[in-house]
Formats: sequence, C-alpha cells, structure tokens
Amino acid sequence: MNISSAKKPSARFEPWEDPNEKPLVRFKNVTKRFGSFTAIDDISLDIYEREFFALLGPSGCGKTTMMRMLAGFETPSEGIISLGEDDIGTVPPYKRPVNMMFQSYALFPHMTVEANIAFGLKQDKWPKNLIQERVEEMLSLVQLRKFAKRKPHQLSGGQRQRVALARSLAKKPKLLLLDEPLGALDKKLREQTQFELMDIQEKLGMTFVIVTHDQEEAMTVASRIAVMDDGKIMQVATPEVIYEYPNSRYVADFIGDVNIIEGQLGNRTEEGVKLSWAEGQPEIAIANNTSRSENENACFAIRPEKVHVSREEPVDADNRIRGQIDDIAYIGNLSTYYVRLSNGMIFKAQESNRRRLANREFTWEDQVWLSWRNTAGVLLD
Amino acid sequence: MDKKLGRFLLIGIPYFWLFLLFLVPFGIVLKISFSDIAVAIPPYTPTFDFESGWEGFKALLAELDFENYIWLTEDDLYWTSYLSSLRIAFISTVLTLLIGYPLAYSMAKAPSEWRPTLLMLIILPFWTSFLIRVYAWIGILKTEGLLNQLLMFLGIVDDPLQILNTDTAVYIGIVYSYLPFMVLPLYSSLEKMDGSLLEAAQDLGCTAISAFWKVTLPLSIPGIIAGSFLVFIPAIGEFVIPDLLGGSNTKMIGKTLWAEFFSNRDWPVASAVAVLLLLLLIVPIVLFQKQQERAQEAEQ
Repeated sequence: MNISSAKKPSARFEPWEDPNEKPLVRFKNVTKRFGSFTAIDDISLDIYEREFFALLGPSGCGKTTMMRMLAGFETPSEGIISLGEDDIGTVPPYKRPVNMMFQSYALFPHMTVEANIAFGLKQDKWPKNLIQERVEEMLSLVQLRKFAKRKPHQLSGGQRQRVALARSLAKKPKLLLLDEPLGALDKKLREQTQFELMDIQEKLGMTFVIVTHDQEEAMTVASRIAVMDDGKIMQVATPEVIYEYPNSRYVADFIGDVNIIEGQLGNRTEEGVKLSWAEGQPEIAIANNTSRSENENACFAIRPEKVHVSREEPVDADNRIRGQIDDIAYIGNLSTYYVRLSNGMIFKAQESNRRRLANREFTWEDQVWLSWRNTAGVLLD
Repeated sequence: MDKKLGRFLLIGIPYFWLFLLFLVPFGIVLKISFSDIAVAIPPYTPTFDFESGWEGFKALLAELDFENYIWLTEDDLYWTSYLSSLRIAFISTVLTLLIGYPLAYSMAKAPSEWRPTLLMLIILPFWTSFLIRVYAWIGILKTEGLLNQLLMFLGIVDDPLQILNTDTAVYIGIVYSYLPFMVLPLYSSLEKMDGSLLEAAQDLGCTAISAFWKVTLPLSIPGIIAGSFLVFIPAIGEFVIPDLLGGSNTKMIGKTLWAEFFSNRDWPVASAVAVLLLLLLIVPIVLFQKQQERAQEAEQ
C-alpha cells in the first residue's frame, strides 16, 4: 500500500514518523480479560505528547476499557502500560497525573461550578490563592465566568460539558481522557464544541485521548485515529490515511460509505493491475503498486463520492460500468444514487447537487454510466 | 360541569376522610382537655346535650378552661416525661442512623440481582405483628433470656446482665422496630447515586474513603434527614416499647398518657397531655415536609 502519497510536509506535527521520538503513553502487549471475556486482546500502541488521539469503534469494541485502563479504573490482565518512564499498570486513579472527562460529565451536584473545578486542586492541597487563580483561569478558558456560583442542575447541557472539561483540565494533567465528551449534545453544538476542544488542546499543548463511536467527530478532532474492533486495533493512522487508504475491509466499511467488489487479480502492467470480478462486466483497472501476486483473490474498495454518474458514456475514463438507477437518497447537498448493475449488484455513487433539485439530470429507472479513475479506489485483502 | 364535579369528588373524598377521622376526634379530645374531671360516664364535665340547643352550647363553652394545661406545668411529671421522650427518641434516632447507614450502603452497593431480595428482608419483619415482635425481645433480653444464656455460655459475663426493664432495652426495641424506616429512604438516596461521581472523585485525587466523605455522604443527606424524621417522630410518642421493655424509671410521654387515661381515669388531663404532644410533634413534622419538598425540587 502506498502511504507516501498521503504524507504531509515534514513541518507538520507527526511525531509518530520520527523514530527518535519517545511516546508519552505506551501500551505493550496489553490484554484485559473480564472473567472468560477478552475485552482487550494483546494490543500494542504508542501515543505521543501533544497528540489528539482518537479511539474509534462500535460499542463493545474495547475502546472504553482502553480508556479506563489509562485512568486507572481497570488494571491490565497482561502487558505493560507506561506513561513517560513509569509503568502505571497498577497505580490507583488518584495517584496518576491523568484526568478524565466523563461521558455523563459526573459533576458533583451538591457543589457549585467553582467548587467542582476546585475539587481536584483542594485534593492536592494547593494553597488557597493559587486555587482561586486557577479556577478563574479555567472559567475564562471555557467562558463560564458568569456561572461560577451556579449549581450543575442550573446549567444547560453545553455548559455542563464545559464545566466538566474545565474540571478535568484544572490539575494540568499530563494526559486528558475524554469519554464520548460530546455525545449528549445536539448536532450543531457538537460541531462547534469539536472546534473549541481542538483550540483548547492546541492552546494548552496537552495530550488528549478521546473515545468515540462517531467517526465524523474522530475525523474532525484527531491527529491520529485507532480503529478498534473486538478488542483489537485494526488500523492506527491519520484521518486522511484511514479514509483514503483503509488497510482492511473492516476499516473501509466502518469509516464512511464504500462499495466493495470481490474478484481476482489479473496481469500486472505498467499502469497497475486489473481485477476481474463478474462475468460480463469489464475488468477494473487499479493503479496500485501492491506487491500482491497475480491471480490472487482480492477486494476492491471505492468510496461513492469518487464514482461519477453520467448519461453519456465517458470514453476517456479508466473504468466505466453501465447500470440502472434503482434508488436515489436525497440529503440536500448530496444525492446518493443506488445503481443496479447487469449482474444485480448495487453500486453506490454520490454526486453533489450543484443544480436545483427540479433540474436534476437523472431519475429513477434511468440508464447511466458509472466511471472512476484508476487511482480512486484501494485494494484490500 | 361533570368534569368539575368529578375533580371535586376526587379531592373531596380524602379531605372528608381526614375531617371525619382526624379533625372530629381531635376536636372532641381538645374539648375534653378543657373540661373538668367528674365521677360519671363519661368521666368529665360538662357534656354536650343536643336537646339544649344553642343556649346549652354557649353554657358549655363558658364552663371550659385551661386548668388542665396549667396543671401540666405545675407537676414535674409531665415536662420530665416530655423531655425524657425527646431524649430517648433522639438517642434512638442516632443509633438507628449509625446501624442503618452501613446497612443501606451495603444494600445499594450489592449486585443488582441481589437488591430485591435484600429489600425484601428489610421489609419482612412487617409481616409479623409489631406487638409480637416486641414481646419476642422480652424473651431475648430477660435475665434467663437467650442473650444472657449466650453471653454466659461464651464466658463473656459470669452473671446475667439486667437489660430488660432498663432504658437500654427501650433503645434496643426502638432501634429494632424503626430500622426499616431509616434504611429504606437511605437506600433509595444511595441507590440512585451515579457511580461515575465516585470515579470522578477518585480521578481528581480522592482515595475511596475520602470520596465517601466528600461525595457519597453529602449526597445522601436527604435520605439521612428523611430517615431520621421517620424514626424520631413516632419514637417520641411510643408507648408499647417503653411499657413492655422499659422499667418503672423509664419515663416517656406515651406511658404517662396511658397511666393518666386508664389508671387515673383523668380524661381531661390525659387529653391535655395528648394535645400538647401533638403540638410538640408538629414542629418536626413541618420540618420534615419542608425538607421533602426541597428534595423534590432539587430532583427536578
């Protein structure tokens, strides 16, 4: 697989590319079992300082267990978790320089906003004037100065979320854990808060680890994403690489929408390889420098938005298939066309609606051509 | 119109019930408390005669006075009984809280499939008559009772302890009888507490013990207050427990009331004692109601 094409200029923040860089957090062959159930299965993972790292996966994939092991609420059954130079596997939560923002926010209902934020500082026996200073600082960071004396039940959901963030940041942890931090907010507020989180992370220069099942959220905020399934990490990479170069069917399918075609690799030419996949359908040309041998079974994955729909045959396209529009999903800015090929397969293609709906070029039952460049998709196992 | 009538009936029935079964008897007791003792049936004077009509009613009002209430202040017996009742009720409430809190806490922390069973066990004693349960304690606490036999068998004491007919027995009786009233509200306030609050406290630097003092305990205060009132209020007026388990020195207002009614047959003084007891109880009851309202508001 060719990742180099997605590589960013070296001035960018990418400590994971530097072999001399020491990770802040290191999971080394970590396994976690609950009774006979294996929640985390032999995971090794490095997270670097100042990263905004996302653990992404469906519920039950083990992402929350990973986070709870970092916070100290669970201890690994096997393997080592280290923070900096220290093995923190069995260190209790109250002795770790790690703080967590809870999914339910877990604000103390009997304390004011101020007292909630000061809670951890008092626990660490900070002098009074420094606590006061730090609380003020945190309140301005999350723009809640006016609400210092309120109790949590007198705040809106978004305000509670910011108090929870301020409280978890107050102790200046080496690592901040965010457990589905925006899950309880509505869509608009969630998107706005994602950018606030990124701003705060950048401003404070801290390391954030976020757990989420929302792929858009992970794509937006994270420097790198670990896609998890069934206690294993399927892929760790930047959002662009995860999206454009998924390393497995699972990742391709989990992140975004995808068409997957199973077939057999044909002869290798200078331009790449050809995949034959169904009788009566043209072979698919793929520009790919894979080292896979000829005649091997393989999977071809292509995102719907990279497939072009047209009425006339696009003669200069690398790949073109004919089909009939079976269904159209109109979501305003985009339309997804479900096109039935002659072998019965449904192929998804997405076009942005540059024209008004009334002037739409295609409608149900229309015969259309699907086309894409030979660089548009990827080959998977 | 029909709807209005229905609503009126719905609200009216319980009020009518209260009027008939509380306000009317209370009015009668209040009237007796203003009357004088008499060797008659009923044993007080004046009595109201329907045939005498309005004039008779006015004559009756003229004969009522505060004599019995003045008497309550003149004889030490009454106010020492009130004070002793308050003291015994207070100490019992504290003891019930000290025993009930760990019980409720461990119930709330028990695996969720166990909780209905544990709750059942707390409620189970209610299935037996209160009186029988208090009698059972006589069998346990008396000098030849089960407790003394056990203590002597284990060699902890050489001679049987005199527990029955002392204040200690009264405390044991009250704590035992009213424990469910303490445990249930405590359990409900502890059980609905969000477990992530304790994790958050630990995450911010608390050990498990300091997280209890700083988070669990303050959040269970509504349960503590509700449970304490539910024990304290009935314990003040308790009669059966001090009568059966307490000694001749155990003074409680319930006992005094009983003696006044049945031994002395002085209904007017007994009624005055009862009215004063009710006034005494109104304070904690009102406080309790206020606290309940506040707790409900906080939940919304």
